[in-house]
Amino acid sequence: MTGATLLRRIAPQLLTLAAVIVLVSIYYPAFYQIVYVNDRLVGIPIDVIKRGAPVALLAIGMTLVIATRGIDLSVGAVMAICGASAAWSIDQGYGIGAALGLAGAAGLVCGLWNGVLVAFFGIQPIVATLILMVAGRGIAQLITGGTILTFDSDTFSFLGSGTLLGVPVPTVIWILTGIGFGLLVRRTALGLLVESIGVNLRASTLAGINSRVLLVAVYMGSGFCAALAGVIATADIRGADANNAGLWLELDAILAVVIGGNSLLGGRFSILASLLGAMIIQTINTGILLAGFPSEFNLVIKAVLVIVILVLQSPRIVPYLELLTTRRQRVKAPATKMEAGK
Amino acid sequence: MNIRALPLYATIAIFLLAYLVCYLQFPAMLSTRVIGNLLTDNAYLGIVAVGMTVVIISGGIDLSVGSVIAFSGVFIAVLLRETGLHPLAVFALLLAITTLFGAAMGGMIHLLAMPPFIVTLAGMFLARGAGYMLTIDSVPIDHAFYETMQRAYYLMPGKGRLTLLGGTMVASVILGMILLHRTKFGTNVYALGGGEATARLMGVAVGRTTVLIYAFSGLMAGLAGIVFSVYTSAGYPLATVGVELNAIAAVVIGGTLLTGGSGYMFGTLIGVLTMGLIQTYIVFDGTLSSWWTKIVIGALLLMFILLQKGLLRLRLSH
Amino acid sequence: MLLSTRDLTKSFPGTLALDRVSFDLKAGEVHALLGENGAGKSTLIKCLTGAYRRDSGDILFEGEPVFPQSTLEAQAIGIGTVYQEVNLLPNLTVAENLTLGHQPTRFGMIRPRATQALAQEMLAGYGLDIDVRRPLESYSVAVQQIVAIARAVHLSGRVLILDEPTASLDAREVQMLFDVVRDLRVRGLGIIFISHFLDQVFEISDSLTILRNGRHIATHPAADVDRMQLITLMLGRELAEETAVRHRPEVTGTSADAIRFTGVGRRGRIAPFDLTVRKGEVIGMAGLLGSGRTESAEVLFGAVASDSGTVEDASGPVDLRNPRSAIAAGFAFAPEDRKTDGIIAELSVRENIILALQARQGWARPIPQAEQQRMANDYIARLDIRTPDAEKPVGLLSGGNQQKVILARWLATNPRFLILDEPTRGIDVGAHAEILRLIEDVVAQGMSILVISSELEELVAVSHRVIVVRDRQHVSELTGDDVSPDTILRAIAAPHTTLEAAE
Repeated sequence: MTGATLLRRIAPQLLTLAAVIVLVSIYYPAFYQIVYVNDRLVGIPIDVIKRGAPVALLAIGMTLVIATRGIDLSVGAVMAICGASAAWSIDQGYGIGAALGLAGAAGLVCGLWNGVLVAFFGIQPIVATLILMVAGRGIAQLITGGTILTFDSDTFSFLGSGTLLGVPVPTVIWILTGIGFGLLVRRTALGLLVESIGVNLRASTLAGINSRVLLVAVYMGSGFCAALAGVIATADIRGADANNAGLWLELDAILAVVIGGNSLLGGRFSILASLLGAMIIQTINTGILLAGFPSEFNLVIKAVLVIVILVLQSPRIVPYLELLTTRRQRVKAPATKMEAGK
Repeated sequence: MNIRALPLYATIAIFLLAYLVCYLQFPAMLSTRVIGNLLTDNAYLGIVAVGMTVVIISGGIDLSVGSVIAFSGVFIAVLLRETGLHPLAVFALLLAITTLFGAAMGGMIHLLAMPPFIVTLAGMFLARGAGYMLTIDSVPIDHAFYETMQRAYYLMPGKGRLTLLGGTMVASVILGMILLHRTKFGTNVYALGGGEATARLMGVAVGRTTVLIYAFSGLMAGLAGIVFSVYTSAGYPLATVGVELNAIAAVVIGGTLLTGGSGYMFGTLIGVLTMGLIQTYIVFDGTLSSWWTKIVIGALLLMFILLQKGLLRLRLSH
Repeated sequence: MLLSTRDLTKSFPGTLALDRVSFDLKAGEVHALLGENGAGKSTLIKCLTGAYRRDSGDILFEGEPVFPQSTLEAQAIGIGTVYQEVNLLPNLTVAENLTLGHQPTRFGMIRPRATQALAQEMLAGYGLDIDVRRPLESYSVAVQQIVAIARAVHLSGRVLILDEPTASLDAREVQMLFDVVRDLRVRGLGIIFISHFLDQVFEISDSLTILRNGRHIATHPAADVDRMQLITLMLGRELAEETAVRHRPEVTGTSADAIRFTGVGRRGRIAPFDLTVRKGEVIGMAGLLGSGRTESAEVLFGAVASDSGTVEDASGPVDLRNPRSAIAAGFAFAPEDRKTDGIIAELSVRENIILALQARQGWARPIPQAEQQRMANDYIARLDIRTPDAEKPVGLLSGGNQQKVILARWLATNPRFLILDEPTRGIDVGAHAEILRLIEDVVAQGMSILVISSELEELVAVSHRVIVVRDRQHVSELTGDDVSPDTILRAIAAPHTTLEAAE
C-alpha cells in the first residue's frame, strides 16, 4: 500500500478522531495540554492513549478475526483468564517471566480452542466463541478462587502503570503490538491470505491456501492479544478481578474494528484503522467525563455511532453510495467500458 | 422418531437426571417448596428466554434484552417516584415502549439487511444508556401495590408457593408455546429460520415477521423487567448485566438450534430450570463455589452445540 | 395456447441471455426445454416466474399478456415452479410446507387436525402414503419433490415448471415422479420439463424446444427427433458438414514422465477410471452437462479426494489428498464456476494472479512487491487482460478477463498438469480465440492439459485425444483420426449400453 492509498483508507477515521477531539476541546479547552512531570508525560491525550490500551489490543486480534468473516466474542473472558493466570503465578512466587509466559500460553490455548471449533468442527464463529464467553469467567474465578486476587510486584505492575521515556507502558505495548502484527501480516503474505479466505473461502482453498490452519492461527492471534490486554488490566489495578476484567470489552473491540471501516462480512482489513477506531472510542469515553456530561451519555453515543456505521455499511445502501464513484471510474477507464459492452 | 426433537429429549433427560442426583444427595430438594423457589427466582430469566427462543428459532439473536430489563426497572422506579401513576399504568406504558423498541430493531435488521447481532448490540448500548440517563443510582420502589404483588401466591400441595412471579413465567411459557406452535406467525418464525430466501419464495412476509419477532422479544424483555423490579423492589441501571447471555444459554440448553429453524418453547423452560437447578445445588452444597455454575453451563452449551452439529451431519447424510 | 412467449429478450451486462425467444406451451402437454449451460433455459424460466424482468417481448397466459413481478405473482397467475434443490423448508413438517400461508385457523389459532386434513387432501392422487406430521427432511428427495409439486399445483394449478427435478433421484424415484407428471398431464396442466438426462426427456415429453446461446433453435414433437439429432441441435453442429480443422497426432511420448491415474474415482460422483497424462499432451473431455466431467476434474485435482485407486509419476506415488498437495505436485485447476470457485472478487488482479504461487510458497516467503507487479503486468500483457491497471478488483472485470486472470494465476505456478473446466464458457469470441492460442503455447513448452468443453469443434481443434463421459463413467477414449465432432457426438449419444473405445 502506498502512502496515498493508506491515507485515503484511514482518512474517515482520522477525520472522525479530529472531529471528536475538537468537540471535546470546545467543552474542555485544556484538552491539548501535555506537561512533563516526574519523568512522565501527563495530559489528557496521554490518558486517552493509556486507557485505550486494552480495547486497542483486542481490536488488533479482532480485526484479523473479522477479516476472515468471523467474530470472537470470548476476548473479554479470555482477558480475565489470562489476567488471573498471571496474578496467580505472581502470587505463587514464580516471578514475572513465568507469569507472562503463563498468561500468553493461556491466551493462545483459548484461541486454539475457538479456532478448532470454527475451522475443524465447522461451527459458526459467533456460536463457537459464545461457549468460552460464558464459561471463561467461571474459569477465571476458578483460578482466582472467587476473590480479587491481589499481588505485590512492582515489576509486574510496571506493565500497567509504569512509563518508558515518559510514555505509559500500556501505550508502548499496544503500539508495539500493533506494529508487530502490522509487520507480521503485511511484510509476509499472511494479510493477503487472510483477506482471501475472508472473501471466498472455497476459491481460496482451491487455490491451495491452507484455510483451516490459517483460521486457527487467526483465532490464536486474537487470544494472544486478549492475553496482553488481560496482563495490562491486571497490572494496572495490581489484582485480577475475574468478574470485571475485560467486561464488555469484546463489544468495544468489535465496535473499534467496525469504526475502523472493516466490513463485518470479511475481506480487506486495516489494523491501523481499527486502532484509530479504538482511540476514537476512548476519546469519547474520556471526553464525556471531561465535558462534564454524566458518563451515562457514553453508551447512547456508542449506540448512535453503531447505527450510523451500520447504515453506511448496509448492503442495501452501499450501492447507492458507490454509484457516484463507479460512474466516475467508468469515464476514466474507457477500455473497461468497451469490454463490458462487447 | 423425529430427529429434530432429539435435543429436547436430551434436555429433559439431563434435567431429570440432575434432579435425581440432587435428590439423592439432598432429599430436601424434592419438594414443591424448592420447585416454587426455582420458578420464582428464575422468573425474569424464563420470561426473557421465551422471547429469545422465538428470536433464535427465526435465525436471529437479541443482545439487548439484559439492558432492556435494567431500563425497565429504572423506568418503573423513577416514574413511581416522580409521578402519582398507578403501577399498572406504568407497566402498560413500559410494555408499549419496549415493544416499540424491539420493533424498531427488527425494522432495522430487515431494512438495512445487517446481522441481528450488531443491530441488537446498538440496542443494548441504547437501552443501557437510556437507563443511566434516568438515574445512575439504585432507586427503591416503595408502593403498596408492589407489596401486594410480592405477597400474592398460590399454595401448592406440600406447602410450596407458586408466586405471582413464578406464575407469570409459567403463563409466559404457555403463551410462547401457543404463539410458536399454534399460530401462523409461529410457523413463519420456523420458516424464516429454515431459510429466509425460501420462506420469501413461499409467500412469508419476511419484513413484517422480522419486525414482529423482535417486537415480541422486546415485549417479553419489558415483562421480565417488571417481574425483576417486583422481585428486587428496586430499579438499578447496572442490574442484569449479561442476562442476554444466560437467556441464550438457556435457549440452547433447552434444545433449540442456535442457528435457527428448530426448537421447542417447552425445552426453554427446562433449560431455565436446569440452570436454576445448578445454582440451587451449589447453594444446598455450600462448599462449591458459584463459578462452577458458569463452567457447567459452558460445558452444557458445548455439548448441545456439538449434539446439534452431529444431528445436522446425520440429516445431511441421508 | 396456455402459455406463450413472443420475442422475449433479456440481457445482462456483457451478454444477451435471451434473444427474441418465442415459445408455446399447450395445456395437457409435457414440453421439454433443452440446451447446454448458458443456452438461456434458466433465464427463460426466471422471466416466466417473475424472478427476472424481461427487457422486451411478451408473455401471454391464455392469450392475455401478463407481467409477473415475483414468484408469488406468477403463482397467482397460474404458473408454479419446482426446482432441483427443493424449494421447501426441510425443518417444517410436510403439512406445514403444504399449507404455509393458508393454514386453516380458528380465532387466530391454527387447527392442527384441519391443517393435516388439508395437507392429506392436497397430497391425494399423488400416490404418497406418508405421515404429514413429520418434518419434510425425514423423507427422500423424491418425496420432497412430489410434495413441492403438490404445493405448486394447489397454488397455481395451470402451468407447472419442473427445473431439473430428477437430478438427485434414482431410477425408481424417477418413475414415481413421472407417474405424477403423467397424471397431471391428463388433468390438463401444461408442464415445462427441464433435464439434462436425455433418456428421461424422450420418455416423458410430448414436445421439445432447444435453445442455444440465448436463441430459439427448434421446436419439434418428441416423436420426430432422435437422440443424435437432438444432441446435434443442442451442441450446434450439422452432422453432414465436413470438419476441416485438425489433425493432431497422438502424443506417444515416453511414459516415463507421464502421470498415471489408476482406478481413481469417488462413489456417487464418478466411477473409478484410469488416465495417463503424457508430457505436452492435450486431453479433451466431452460429455453433456451432469455426465460426470466436472466430477472427474475434481478428483484429478484432489478438490474431492478419490476414494480408490493410485496416482503415480516417474518419481513414485503422487499425493492428491487436497488441492494443496495437488498444487505441490504441479497440478492446477481452473474451475467451471469462476464466481464461486475461482476469483476472489474483492482482491486486485495482481493479488489474484499471485495467489496460488504465494500459497504454495507459504506465508513466510512473500513474493516481493516489485516481483508481484512485474508478474501481474507481464500476464496482463501476455494474456491481453483488459483492465485499467493491476490494482483493480477482479470482480469488476468481465467474465472473459476474469477467466484470463485465473489462467494467469495457474500459469504463474508453472504447473506440469493444467485442468481447464469449460475455459471458454460465457466469454466473448476474441477472448475465446486467445485462450485456445494460449493452450497451444503452453503445450508447446511441455505442459499437459485436460480441457473439458461442450464445444466439440473446440475440443477437436485442441485435443490430441478425447475422453467421453456419460452417466458418471468414462465410456470411451477417441484417438487419432477418430477425434471428430461426429464420433464424439455418437459416443455421447449412444444409448445406455457401454460403448467400447471407438476403434
